[in-house]
Amino acid sequence: MDSGIVQTIYDLKEYLKGVFADNQPEITRNDTSFVAQKRAKAFELFIKTGFPHAALERWRGTDLSRALNHEYHSLTEPPSADLDIDKIFKCDVPHFETQLVTQLNGWYADRNNLVQVFPNGLVICSLATAFTKYPQLIEAHYGKYADDNAEGLTALNTAMSQDGIFIYVPDNVTVEQNIQMVNITDFKQNLFLNTRNLVILGENSHLRLVQCDDSINHDVTFINTVTEVKIGRNSTLDHYKLQNKDDHTTLINSMFFHQDEGSSLSTNAISLNGGLIRNLSHVTMSGSHSSSEIYGLYLMDRYQHVDNQVYINHAAPECESRELFKGVLDDHASGVFNGHIKVHRDAQKTNAFQTNRNILLSDKASIDTKPFLEIYADDVKCSHGATIGQLDAEALFYIRSRGISQSNAKILLMYAFAAEVINKISIPELRQRMDDMVKKRLRGELSQCEQCVLNCSTHEHQKAEFKIDLSKI
Amino acid sequence: MLSIRNLRVSINGKEILKGIDLEVKAGEVHAIMGPNGTGKSTLAYVIAGREGYDITEGEIIFKGRNIMDLSAEERACEGLFLGFQYPVEIPGVSITNFLRTAINEQRKYRGLDPVPATEFLARMEEKKKLLELQEKLASRSVNEGFSGGEKKKNEIFQMAMLEPSLAILDETDSGLDIDALRIVATGVNKLRRPDNATVVITHYQRLLEYIVPDVVHVLFDGRIVKSGGKELALQLEEKGYEWIRNES
Repeated sequence: MDSGIVQTIYDLKEYLKGVFADNQPEITRNDTSFVAQKRAKAFELFIKTGFPHAALERWRGTDLSRALNHEYHSLTEPPSADLDIDKIFKCDVPHFETQLVTQLNGWYADRNNLVQVFPNGLVICSLATAFTKYPQLIEAHYGKYADDNAEGLTALNTAMSQDGIFIYVPDNVTVEQNIQMVNITDFKQNLFLNTRNLVILGENSHLRLVQCDDSINHDVTFINTVTEVKIGRNSTLDHYKLQNKDDHTTLINSMFFHQDEGSSLSTNAISLNGGLIRNLSHVTMSGSHSSSEIYGLYLMDRYQHVDNQVYINHAAPECESRELFKGVLDDHASGVFNGHIKVHRDAQKTNAFQTNRNILLSDKASIDTKPFLEIYADDVKCSHGATIGQLDAEALFYIRSRGISQSNAKILLMYAFAAEVINKISIPELRQRMDDMVKKRLRGELSQCEQCVLNCSTHEHQKAEFKIDLSKI
Repeated sequence: MLSIRNLRVSINGKEILKGIDLEVKAGEVHAIMGPNGTGKSTLAYVIAGREGYDITEGEIIFKGRNIMDLSAEERACEGLFLGFQYPVEIPGVSITNFLRTAINEQRKYRGLDPVPATEFLARMEEKKKLLELQEKLASRSVNEGFSGGEKKKNEIFQMAMLEPSLAILDETDSGLDIDALRIVATGVNKLRRPDNATVVITHYQRLLEYIVPDVVHVLFDGRIVKSGGKELALQLEEKGYEWIRNES
């Protein structure tokens, strides 16, 4: 690419156009007229907008051209109903009690049990099933928070996604168990996936949601996920996004959160591995007295690329948002942080704080960080700060002067750097596991796991003695 | 224990230490005094193995071995300890884990197995009592959010846990109130043994009311211009550094 040799550019857009035209009966099989209308409109938008490119300001730092230049396959049929998901995936985090809901290649995996309704009214089901089973909820929320006009990939998702996970928490329900959404890709050819999720919390409801992205195969995969989340009045959502994909995977993860009055959101994206990861957290605070915490940690090396886009839309008064993103980049890894805070004219008494800190371990690693505050109200407290640096020489010397080797001193400092984000995880078992994984990642012992992002498969085999033993004694 | 001969050190072409000679024997406490900016901290850093200095001449012999080519961690493993003037905060790493890591790396260097957890905890308890430390201190992250006094006490605690042959305490008394000063000094005194030595670097004579030195050196403009017994510190206190300036 850099040599000036003209490469054959594979036209993915043309391919997807073909898939869309040739598979209408399959693609629209579960659509209500409401969904079908959205789909048709979104497809037109995608054809008009196309894939993002570097000339767009918000894509300036992330070049998708290489990722798009593959022959992909798009699946329009669900996996077999005989599929035994337990054989493919098992989460082994000790004492981590979760209600597991799995997606395989974008499809709701448990084909024999597409709807689960719990005694407290909690619904977990296939999104395709929800289209017809819960039309009122779909019409009230589906496609309402994700903006197809703003982003070609979002439009593509609305046009072509056929399934995903639908979660509904009715009013006044506290979901005691953690819900763990696991998105597995396992296919023998290059896959292009559009998966779509919708999570709705009613009023005074509480949910903890863990989203894991895993791959089993090692083929080239492009995942374009859109998740819309509605957090009703006085409800709370504690959300985690754990990413440990292989270097052949492109993961576009767009989260659209919509918060009503008095609601609280905490979301934490932890990116340990992945060829190209782009996380969008789009948060709209539409009701007063709501709060959002948006955290992220990224540890990238080799030629990996990570892009965190945060857009916080303070549309109501007396809300608070806090952003903390930290990253360590080594080798040729590159990163982008784009933090946009918009405070509307009548969003008085807004508090908005944003921090992005980066450590670059090599002179080839790079980070492009850009805070952007757009403030139309006059009674607000907003701050932003971005730092890029190396490991602190004084701190390294301090640790080494106690007899700790330079390499371990570096790991310790990186761990200390990352710990601030890890410590925000409020589920103790998850925090412990992420803590372990971060240590292993920093020691270079974390391979991309065979199954789950949480399934540290090397754990048992190697009994890796963590020389810097930071575990509790 | 420690022999420094004609040590000359520059930073960015500027000579800071202009030929230091220092001889510290086992069982001794030395005090190095002097006004600000005369090279006291540079001397401490160079002995401890901090990078970034041009050592143009001289040698540092520690326990009979020239340590000039050893890294900071190797020097620590050989039994050298530096108490920092400005201890560094390491958020997310508890003092307990930090010390266990340090002790085990030092033991590994000496060909020993890691310290058993029970033995380590017993040692922690013993040293905490010795230094009158709060129970919860050890579970906190290293120096994070510590007051100035807590940081210095933590340095002495680390020294107690690591049991070095030679401890260099760089301005450990600065920023301490009388109570903290007393605790730090008591710690140093209690840890004193016939087979170890301490070099106390200080600006004021105050600390020396609590830690009685065998030898006092006055460092001025990169040279040790005067050495003597503990009475030298009193003379300094009385006459001030002007006295040295006029004499040198």
